[in-house]
Order: sequence, then structure tokens, then C-alpha cells
Amino acid sequence: MSTGLLAGPRVIACPVCSLVCEDTLGEAEGRAGVRCPRCGAALHRRRPGGVERAFALLLAALILYVPANVLPVMHTSLFGRGGDSTILSGIIDFWRGGSRGIALIIFIASVAVPCTKFLVLGLLLATARRRSRWARRERAGLYRLVEWIGYWSMLDVVVVAVVSAIVKFQALSDVEPRIGILFFGAVVILTMLSAMSFDPRLIWDGK
Amino acid sequence: MNTVSESMPEPVVARRRWHLSLIWLVPAVAALVGISMLVHAWLAVGPEISISFHTAAGLEAGKTPVKYKDVTVGMVSGIRLSEDGSKVVVTVSLDAAAENLARVDTRFWVVRPRIGTRGVSGVDTLLSGAYIGVDRGSSQEVSRSFIGLETPPSVYGGAPGRSFALRAEDLGSLDIGSPVYFRRVQVGHVVSYQLDEGGENVRLQIFIDAPHDRLVSSNTRFWNASGVDVSLGADGFRLRTQSIATLVSGGIAFATPEHDPGGPVPENTPFTLAADQTAAMAPPDGPAQYLRMYFDLPLRGLSLGAPVLFSGIDVGKVVSTNLDYDPATRRFRTTVGITVYPHRLEGVLKYFKRSDIDPRTQIAHFLAEMVEHGLRGQVRSANLLTGQLYVSIEHVPNAPKVAFDESAHPLTMPTASGSLDRLEEEIAGIVAKINQIPFASIGKNLDAALAHLDVTLRNVDSSLRRVDETLAQLKDARLVPEAVEVLRQAQQAFGSAQRTLDTVDGALADDSPLRGDLGRALREVERAARSLRALTDLLGRHPESLLRGRPEDPPSDMERER
Repeated sequence: MSTGLLAGPRVIACPVCSLVCEDTLGEAEGRAGVRCPRCGAALHRRRPGGVERAFALLLAALILYVPANVLPVMHTSLFGRGGDSTILSGIIDFWRGGSRGIALIIFIASVAVPCTKFLVLGLLLATARRRSRWARRERAGLYRLVEWIGYWSMLDVVVVAVVSAIVKFQALSDVEPRIGILFFGAVVILTMLSAMSFDPRLIWDGK
Repeated sequence: MNTVSESMPEPVVARRRWHLSLIWLVPAVAALVGISMLVHAWLAVGPEISISFHTAAGLEAGKTPVKYKDVTVGMVSGIRLSEDGSKVVVTVSLDAAAENLARVDTRFWVVRPRIGTRGVSGVDTLLSGAYIGVDRGSSQEVSRSFIGLETPPSVYGGAPGRSFALRAEDLGSLDIGSPVYFRRVQVGHVVSYQLDEGGENVRLQIFIDAPHDRLVSSNTRFWNASGVDVSLGADGFRLRTQSIATLVSGGIAFATPEHDPGGPVPENTPFTLAADQTAAMAPPDGPAQYLRMYFDLPLRGLSLGAPVLFSGIDVGKVVSTNLDYDPATRRFRTTVGITVYPHRLEGVLKYFKRSDIDPRTQIAHFLAEMVEHGLRGQVRSANLLTGQLYVSIEHVPNAPKVAFDESAHPLTMPTASGSLDRLEEEIAGIVAKINQIPFASIGKNLDAALAHLDVTLRNVDSSLRRVDETLAQLKDARLVPEAVEVLRQAQQAFGSAQRTLDTVDGALADDSPLRGDLGRALREVERAARSLRALTDLLGRHPESLLRGRPEDPPSDMERER
């Protein structure tokens, strides 16, 4: 089946007790259960349902990304006058207010990064499903990129948490988080889980 | 390779139980939550309404809230000019919960800081910025476009209390929000005012807060309490005002006569707003009766509105004065029209009241009877300095009989030449007498007398000068030597007198022998006096001893001892 680098005998390692045994899974993987003769754990070449799980989590993140952008993430009030702001309205306000650097940072952290993750993960999952052999090295690089930028995706959530904790001047000025930031946090977590569920070896499983 | 594969154990084949992974629950839940949130947010958006204002000062799209009872119920979503550019149309997206606020009679206004004579409002908006206030209407009809008020309404919907309508001659210094006082306590305020259709009156709408609204009864009198009422009467100087605030911004006061409180009234009952308290508390005048009078004398000083007095009581006023020509006598005469309020003579008229005829005929009958007995109209002087006149209706003794036409319209009141003519005659007489005084000859005599006086005074002056000269000569004359001699002798005499007195003084001194002798002599005298008293005692008791000598008394104690 695989025309991988090793063309020798097909062997498989038990994921639990690491017993190496002959790979008799054939094409039945995912349908028939093959168990380890020593510990009884289910044997599999790739994590079963990894693509499916990654895909499901990615879909959930994508769904939640809509309310995260539509609903307000932060409520600011200054001298008793204030209003809710969504992520996009905040970016626009900062951009128009002249703070283009901050606007750019927020844009990258809360729009560019999640969208990149959606696209990359979607691409990886789609190609893995089709077992495409297209640009495999580049796709591996993309996967590493997704893992790396995952650390920085929580920037928005941190900003809202810190600001609402610090800016508490009662009537003068007040900042409160709103429900949108919760959705945004859920989006970030779900995309990270999705990236974790994806087995990068699938990139190399192309036919 | 083969050995390895042969020694390797065969995996056990088992059937999988789950085909569909549980992981798909995650996007399902995410979708559910996301959709429910979006649906909730979508449902929370209420209707979008548009309000037109004259200006959008302080309003900002996306920032300015709409508040009802200080609760934010919506947000200004857009501000644009109206099509003709005369107004500003503010689009407001209301919350779904506030959907029932958008009724036909709901009022919107912009709350801004305002400073007026009645205080400061909207100070909180200095920092927070303006917002749009809402007062919910009571109508069931829903509307989506409104005309915003330029000033906040003075009465909010659902406020406890009642409103009443007032009819006033003019607005005075009243304004929307002017206070309404009862016993100097503010119980309400003016809500609105407008001219009526004909422009003859001002119609005011006032609102009395509960529970004071029950103080308004069918007989309540309202009056304009604006400004100061200064009066100078027999009881002295009096200044009346409701409060300092009414001096500036005006106000309305009301009271109910205690003797006739009247019954409760429904909302929006019309009342009349009197100019002042006296006019308000006066009994109602009732229908006016127009009367006409002809006067043969010029009536300069009889102004419109001059009082008409009947036996000293104000019963009406002059409403017209016109010049008329009498072709019979070929003379001009003045027609004076007066209105009389018969209700002011209630106490008198009740004796003449007859129920079988209508009021007008009744008055004609009354007048005919009174004219028969000498009732006449006269013009009198109210003030000699300003020449103001008033009309007086009085019984004139020995008045010539005149015919009174009861059916004439209008009724014509016969007149008599009043005291005004007589006064003029008297003044003319005084002036004539003054004219007869021979001021010229008096002056001439006075002049001659003064000339004589001048001459006399001049003689006196020269006499006095002569006396003065005599006195000066006396001062200059020398004293005669005899007089000097007399004075020297007198001096000597005084010197010897002084010495004599010194001697006397020495003789009377404490340690002088004269004084010791004198003391002894006095003691002797005292002793002699005592003997004399014993003698008189003896004589008093035994007067016969003068003749018979000392009686043979039983011997006294002293004698017995002896």
C-alpha cells in the first residue's frame, strides 16, 4: 500500500506496550479491530479517527468564530458614556484613531491568525483525506507553522482579561468583558485541539 | 525477512462498535450555541424608529443612548438631514423589550444641560454627553416616525395628578413650567399654552400634582401671581407676591372661597385666569347691561374703563364716548356708553325680582321706577389734579321729570348736570372775585408807603449817629478831682473797718478770755433759770404762798434727812 521509504516487511508497533508485530491490518483499518497480542490494545497505523476529530473540531471552531466576531467582546465606558465593541469595530476604531500599530496587532492576532489556521488545517485535512502527494514538504512546513502560531492566538483574550482587571475607576472609566470573548477563546482552543488531533504523518501517506 | 514474519504473532480481529465518532457532538454543540446566541441577539433588536429634531447638537450615531426612566432602551444608529434640509432625522434602534414605547403619542426630546430661571437640569449630561429621553404615550397605536420635542416635557406620562384648562386675556410672564401655587405652596405647573382660534384668548394647560389636584373645585378661582402687587390703602403700604421665583418667571395661584367651596370637578375643566387676586376672588359679574347716556357738556378726562358708581359702589364701566349732534337744539352732545353688571347689586335687586318677566324687562322696569324717583346719571371729577372723571348714578333731589322709554334699545339713562358744572361755576366765581381785587392801586399805595418808610428810616439813622457821637464825647471827658478824693477816703474807711473786724475775730477765738467769761456767765444764767423754774413750780402748786409764805408741807425726803 505505502510506497514509503521503507519497502521492507510491514510491521506495526502497539501504541501501549510498544510490541512490534506484523501488520496484518491490510485495508481493513478503521473497520475491523486489530488488537495487540500481548496487552490487548487496539492496533492502528495512524490514530483512528484523527482526521475526523480534527475536522470536527475545526468545524466547531469555524462555527464559533461567527458569534465571536458578531457579538461584542468588550464594554468600555468613559465618564458614564460608553459602548460595546466587537473585534472588528475595535480594529476600525484604532485604525481611524491613528493607532495603526495596535490595530495591526489586533488584526493579526484575532483575524489573520485564526483565519490562517482555518485555511491551513482545512487544506491539510483535505489533502490528507485524499491522500494527495502534492507538495508534501511544504505541507509539513505549514503544519509546523500552525503549531507555532497556536501559542499566540490567545492574545485577544489576554488583552481583554488584563484591561478589564486594571481599568476599574467606577464612574470615570470602566471596562468589562462581553460574551464574544468567550467564543473567541473557544475558537482558539478548538483550533489548537484540532491541530493536535491531526497526525502529521498523514501528509506522507499519499498514494 | 520471512523468519521475522513467521515468528510474529497474528493480530486478533474484532468488530468495531461505533461508526460515528462522538467527536461530532462538538461542532453540533458549537453550532447550537452559536446559533442560539445569534438568534438571541437578533431577537433583542427591536424596531427602528426615526425622530426629527431641529438640531443634532450633542447627538452621535452609535454613541447616544435612548433612555426611558433612566434605563437605556435603544441607541442612535444614524443621523441624517431631512430631504428638504430643514430638520435632522435621527434613526434609533430600540431594544426589543422597549418595542411598546413606540406609540403614536410617545414623546422624544434631547436631554442636554439646561440653565433657566427655574433651575438647572441635565447636569449629568455635561460629562456623559446628551441622550434622548422618552416619555411613553398612552395610545395603543404604534408609530415608527416621531417629531422630537425641543424642550423636555414638563409632565411625564402617568404622573399622578390632573390637568385643567385656563383661559387668560394674555400670557403675561407665564411660560411652560411656570409654577402653580396654592397657599404659596407649589402644587403644579403650566404644561402648555396656545392662542385660541380667534386669537382672543390664551388657553393655558396646567397640571396639578396629586394629591393637591383635589383642592381644585368647581368654584376655584385662578389668578396670575406674576410680579409684585403693590397697593397703598387705608391700612398702609402693602406688597404682595407669591415667591421670588414668580418675580422672575411668573406663576399662577389659586384659591377656593371658603364660604362656597363648590363640588369636585373632572379633569380638563375650564377655568378663567384673572389678572390678580382681587379680581379673581370678586363674585362673578354675570351678564352685562348696556346703557346709554347723553351729556351736554364736554367730557375731557372721561376715559374708557372709567368706573360707574351707583351710590358709591362700583357697578360697571364706561365702554364708549362719542360725539353726537342734537338737531333739535343744534348743539353737540356726548354719548357715553356704559356697561352695568346687575349681579353686583344682588342685594338691592332681590327686592325688585319678579320671576314672571325676563331679566332685561326686569331691569327696564327697575330703572323706570328709579328714574321716576330721580335717579340720574352724572359725571363727576375723580381727581382735581389729573382731571379724571367718572360716571355716578345717583338720586338727584328735585330732578325735573323726564320720560323713560322702557322698550328702547339700548336703554337710555337720563342725566343731570352734575357737580362737575357747579364746581366749574364756583371756580369761575372765585376767579371773578380775584379779578375784582384792585391790585394796581394796592401796589401804588404800597409803593408810596414804602417811600415814606425810607425817609423815616433815614431820620432814625441820623439820630442814632448823633447819640453815638455824644457817647464818644462822654468817654473822652476827665473825671473831676473831687470824685478821686471821695474814693481815697472810702478806701481808708474800708481799711479801718477791716481792722475792727479782725479784733472781733480775735475776741471770738476758742482760747480767748472773753469766750471763757462768756461760758461762765452762761452757766450762771442757767443756774438762775433753774431757781426761777423751782419758784414758778412752787407758785403753780401753792399760789397762796405769795401771800402766806411757804406752806407747812410735809418735809421732803431731803429735808427729813436733814
